[in-house]
Amino acid sequence: MRAIRKLESRTVVLPSTDVDTDQIIPARFLTTTSREGLGSSLFYDWRFTADGKENPAFILNRPESADCSILVAGRNFGCGSSREHAPWALLDYGLRAVISTEIADIFRSNSLKNGFLPIVVDEDTHQWLLDNPGCEVSIDVEKSTLTLPAGRVVSYPIDNFARYCLLEGIDQLGFLLQHKDAIQQFEEERPWKP
Amino acid sequence: MHEATAKTLFEKVWSDHIVRDETADTPAVLYIDLHLIHEVTTPQAFSLLREKGLSVRRPDLTLGTMDHSTPTTPVRTIKDLAIVGESAAKQVVAMQDNCRDFGLELHGFDSEQRGIVHVIGPELGATQPGKTIVCGDSHTSTHGAFGALAFGIGTTEVGHVLATQCLLQRKPRTLAIEVTGKLRQGVTAKDVILAIIGQIGVDGGTGHCIEFRGSAIEAMDMEARMTVCNMSIEAGARAGMIAPDETTLAYLAGRPRAPKGSAWEAACKRWLSLKTDSAAAFDKSVSITGTDLQPMVTFGTNPGMVIPVGAAVPDGNGNASFRKALDYMKVTPGKPLSQAKVDVVFIGSCTNSRISDLQQAANILRGRKVAAGVRVLVVPGSQQIKKEAERLGLDKVFIESGAEWRESGCSMCLGMNGDTVPSGQLSVSTSNRNFEGRQGIGARTILASPMTAAASALEGHVADPRQFLRE
Repeated sequence: MRAIRKLESRTVVLPSTDVDTDQIIPARFLTTTSREGLGSSLFYDWRFTADGKENPAFILNRPESADCSILVAGRNFGCGSSREHAPWALLDYGLRAVISTEIADIFRSNSLKNGFLPIVVDEDTHQWLLDNPGCEVSIDVEKSTLTLPAGRVVSYPIDNFARYCLLEGIDQLGFLLQHKDAIQQFEEERPWKP
Repeated sequence: MHEATAKTLFEKVWSDHIVRDETADTPAVLYIDLHLIHEVTTPQAFSLLREKGLSVRRPDLTLGTMDHSTPTTPVRTIKDLAIVGESAAKQVVAMQDNCRDFGLELHGFDSEQRGIVHVIGPELGATQPGKTIVCGDSHTSTHGAFGALAFGIGTTEVGHVLATQCLLQRKPRTLAIEVTGKLRQGVTAKDVILAIIGQIGVDGGTGHCIEFRGSAIEAMDMEARMTVCNMSIEAGARAGMIAPDETTLAYLAGRPRAPKGSAWEAACKRWLSLKTDSAAAFDKSVSITGTDLQPMVTFGTNPGMVIPVGAAVPDGNGNASFRKALDYMKVTPGKPLSQAKVDVVFIGSCTNSRISDLQQAANILRGRKVAAGVRVLVVPGSQQIKKEAERLGLDKVFIESGAEWRESGCSMCLGMNGDTVPSGQLSVSTSNRNFEGRQGIGARTILASPMTAAASALEGHVADPRQFLRE
């Protein structure tokens, strides 16, 4: 995982609530054995019309969305399936963070393992972001803060361990493997065996 | 028991699997007793193992099947199945190679025990009370019906479990959902869970592990309990659990992977002790009167947008996402769903493809004909269920009514294998997600029970199954 300490970008706003992982990347694109190149399938059925042409009305296709790496989305972003292809597709497309009032559990967990930032903010901050698309914001991973234009700073909750891994670009498997002896001891000493 | 030592079912299973406790700075190291794997969410995890030169720590606790991208077209033997699409075929081959190279048991095309991952775990008796069970699939919550702590994980975590048999986890909060009273005729587990999601919302369970309890849950057989727990994730919950009882033991007795002899006796004793202590507290509680429930159908693009069959579609008070969902579904606020013509009926998926689901659908279809212009696909959850259904003559009931009888798999639930609903068509489906395009590009999905799906197949529009029930 690539380390991420700070992210500055204009926002792109997708106000729909309950954006599920089938929208983020439809199931028919999951017949892959790689995690690369999934950005072309991101939000496919919203980005493209039935005849395969770009849908000019979809926010990511508008000129003002070019180079934006922070998505502001409606409540409960990433609900649905456990497909890690969702954060893989978002990252490959060039997005690095999503800001919402609520982010679904499995999607959040998958995102953190790939350096995609799931940022949960309060309703007022969220509403302000929805009302001000394209504004320049910055995320400071170390301080767990989001800075809005005019210097307003909002802190967001994040698990200490997840933050540490993001800052250092640490692969959590390495941490787990350090517990090899404890795992073996657990296996030997547990009162019943699966 | 003192309140401080009293534990919920979830807490008992959780604390029984702690290798290292969580601290403010580090999550818990949680041991996993059963890792279910399938072809879609594992190839990248196996690649990682190869890159790092790691092996699978406990092949004996890993069980594989192929279900998502596999075809369900009828064939003489399952070896004759032809996979739709080059990339899907490559994925299936990768699964076979990975399981062979890492020494893992795989129920592939040559296995009579192949089926949907959440169907075969219980069927083989691998799913047991008190276990921690994970799979790279969000509907892993299904296995919670046995009093297991079971949840879906991403592919990176699949790699973690393959390499270490453990996961890094923060302890979720607990949510008790009590379903009181007795379900009325024509009201099933599917209707119960849809009503629950309608009440608490698609994010009502976020950050929580649900325990389903109460007389209506206790009265359910294991297949019904699996349907309820299966859709815990549709309420946003990590897991859903039901305390093991005599019904659980009766289901597991004699299954291939269930303990035998004195080990069985010891296991039963341990399993029955898992239930929530009477003094234990939940972080949140919800109660629903089972007696008041009716057959439920969804009208929008998430499972929380649900109404009793026959009720009018609500208007959503001008909410933009709600309005967008109604536009996508082409349904009109204030009107019942029975106005719309149904094009496809899908009976299957890890939610509703077990033998009792097929029996319920068959009871309604028996001796009747599917309405003209409706395509009905019946897809059993496993090859074992297919065989059992054929032994009971259910395949003939389906075929004679005008339905298609298929090989097992996930099929039209997510349309990865070539079984899709054409764009714009309306499907009544016993699956778990009515998301936009879930069953095919532009497909419109109404979620319902097997009985409601069968009744809708006969009528050609969304229909109340109770008119077809016979004693």
